[in-house]
Amino acid sequence: MTKAADETAHASPKGPDVTSTETKTSEHSGGARKLSSREGAAGDKVFSGTALSAGILILVVLVAVAAFLVLQAFPAFVAPQSQIADGKGFWAYIVPLIVGTVIAAVISLVVATPISLGVALFISHYAPRRLAQILGYIIDLLAAIPSVIFGAWGISFLAPALVPGYAWLASSLGWIPIFGGPASATGKTLLTVSIVLAVMVIPIITSVCREIFLQTPKLHEEAALALGATRWEMIRMAVLPFARPGIISAVMLGLGRALGETMAVALVLSSGPLIASLIQSGNQTIAADIALNFPEASGLSLNQLIAAGLVLFVFTLAVNIVARWIISRHKEFSGAN
Amino acid sequence: MTAIATPRRRTSLTRNRLPRIAPWASLVVGLVVGAAVSTLVGFNVFGWGVFAAIAFTIVYVAWSAAVEGGRKARDKFATCLVIGSFIIVVLPLFSVIWTVLEGGIKGLLTPGFLGTSMNGVSGIQDNQSVNTGSRVVGGIYHALIGTLLITLWSTIISVPVGLLTSIYLVEYSRGGRLGQAITLFVDVMTGIPSIVAGLFAAALFATIFGPGTQTGFVAAVALTVLMIPVVVRSSEEMLRIVPNELREAAYALGVRKWRTILKVVVPTAISGIASGVTLAIARVIGETAPILLTAGFATKINLNVFSNWMASLPTYIYFQILNPTSPSNPDPSLQRAWGAALVLIIFVMILNLIARLVARIFAPKTGR
Repeated sequence: MTKAADETAHASPKGPDVTSTETKTSEHSGGARKLSSREGAAGDKVFSGTALSAGILILVVLVAVAAFLVLQAFPAFVAPQSQIADGKGFWAYIVPLIVGTVIAAVISLVVATPISLGVALFISHYAPRRLAQILGYIIDLLAAIPSVIFGAWGISFLAPALVPGYAWLASSLGWIPIFGGPASATGKTLLTVSIVLAVMVIPIITSVCREIFLQTPKLHEEAALALGATRWEMIRMAVLPFARPGIISAVMLGLGRALGETMAVALVLSSGPLIASLIQSGNQTIAADIALNFPEASGLSLNQLIAAGLVLFVFTLAVNIVARWIISRHKEFSGAN
Repeated sequence: MTAIATPRRRTSLTRNRLPRIAPWASLVVGLVVGAAVSTLVGFNVFGWGVFAAIAFTIVYVAWSAAVEGGRKARDKFATCLVIGSFIIVVLPLFSVIWTVLEGGIKGLLTPGFLGTSMNGVSGIQDNQSVNTGSRVVGGIYHALIGTLLITLWSTIISVPVGLLTSIYLVEYSRGGRLGQAITLFVDVMTGIPSIVAGLFAAALFATIFGPGTQTGFVAAVALTVLMIPVVVRSSEEMLRIVPNELREAAYALGVRKWRTILKVVVPTAISGIASGVTLAIARVIGETAPILLTAGFATKINLNVFSNWMASLPTYIYFQILNPTSPSNPDPSLQRAWGAALVLIIFVMILNLIARLVARIFAPKTGR
């Protein structure tokens, strides 16, 4: 029925002229294959339909992610709270994890952001061009290393290497709560985790920032230099204002990665209840808690872990949306585009 | 003529500049001061480097401030910071690669490491190898197979879906309402933490097939959620840079749209698409958390992704480190873990290399 309708729809605008030219052309080129408009129309329909359904499938998948998480997390919210997390209830279980996750992510960003900006500037504006390309590859390599290997590196190399530093922090800056002693003797602390996370986040922020710095209009840069600006003044006046929304989105991207990172935390951190000190063992993040407890979980504790995953999902979603909002707000005023 | 012949005068523009030797002189001073300070607090090479860098920056910037004035000094300070931050980044990279090489080569070169599984290997064998000094038994064969199969299946699912979606976005939607929604959702999917993807696959299969369904295919579905947005993003970018003239030329010859896409647009962009897909594979091949939640913990070879637990390289590393086969003698487990880490890193590097080569060699000849 639809096929017939389609045929007539195709036949009427084209008319007989087109078909005759088509046959003529095919005869002219040897007549190996006769072009049939009907066959092509079906192909067009099938192909566009397939492409469309692939696109819709993505929407379905994301909705399914949310739906199944909610479905499986639901029992943890409605069950009597005395049955969850050794009688503490769900919120008493999740809030310390959220705080731990946010602390680790924020520290890693505080460490990573200035360094990433420096590296991105180095590659885009300081290093000689040939060298810059190789350095870009090196940074991409750093981004490609799997997180479990960063975790293994953190537990076997970085944590022991930081122990003397933590001892010094505890003895000389111990009056600040976050450096309260006694320092961990193994170095498996939240600060170590944050540093590992920073190392993992740096290549992400760097590669986004580098792309954006390279897009700075050459005329802006040359105008600044021609007016007598030093290289740093040129960067501050031309490059950074142009790149600001991009930098924010890069940092948010890094934040999302740091919030959701699992293996590095699960391997490095010697977890425990929430404490203020960053250099004692203790604290935990949502993702690592799920990874550590999931293999043995069943029944309601499984629902509880999935609920924790839902909280993490909502959290990262919020970060992404805020990032998008900030970028869209800044874009109007940047003046560069 | 006379103007040229006169010796160059020191004008206000050239007057106040540091001599060309200044950076090197400052470096020498910095190294000496750094050595002195680090000796005071207990000498090691790392401390020396840090103190030398700080001393160099102070000397160089202060010198510049004294001779050239504040603006130039600030410029030099920024240069020092930028170069310094680059050095800070390179250090962990080399440290990671060095640690993996150092720990992994011994494990990798152990006979049978690549060819045997962990089937039947228990704490007894590990204790024996530590006590008697015999070679460490057990290997990564099952994990290698698991990683390849899981990655293969997620590639089989996500490449067609991702590619078709990007074709829809670029060729059909052209900024329509649905296209915008898909772009937004793909962006959101990019931000999904990998462990949430694992939870989704676990919850999905638990709902359909009952709780505790853990197979390689569930892991492949979890990885697909992570892989699709990467494929869509990179192929979309590649399809967008195909010049419109090519499409218009094809339409002008009376070619149908779907044939234009399959015969003209996709072949033009194929090098970029292939490179993007390879990078996406490199990204998911090292994912640990989703597989941890979905494929269970296996020590045997399993060639069937649809039934039973399956091991993978990342989870193998994780379990060997966190739960050593012999808790009293973790060294053999660590050796195996580092060997597996080395194999995994080699995989990722090769995939990255292939992606770059594909992008470079098969790039369309533009003739420009």
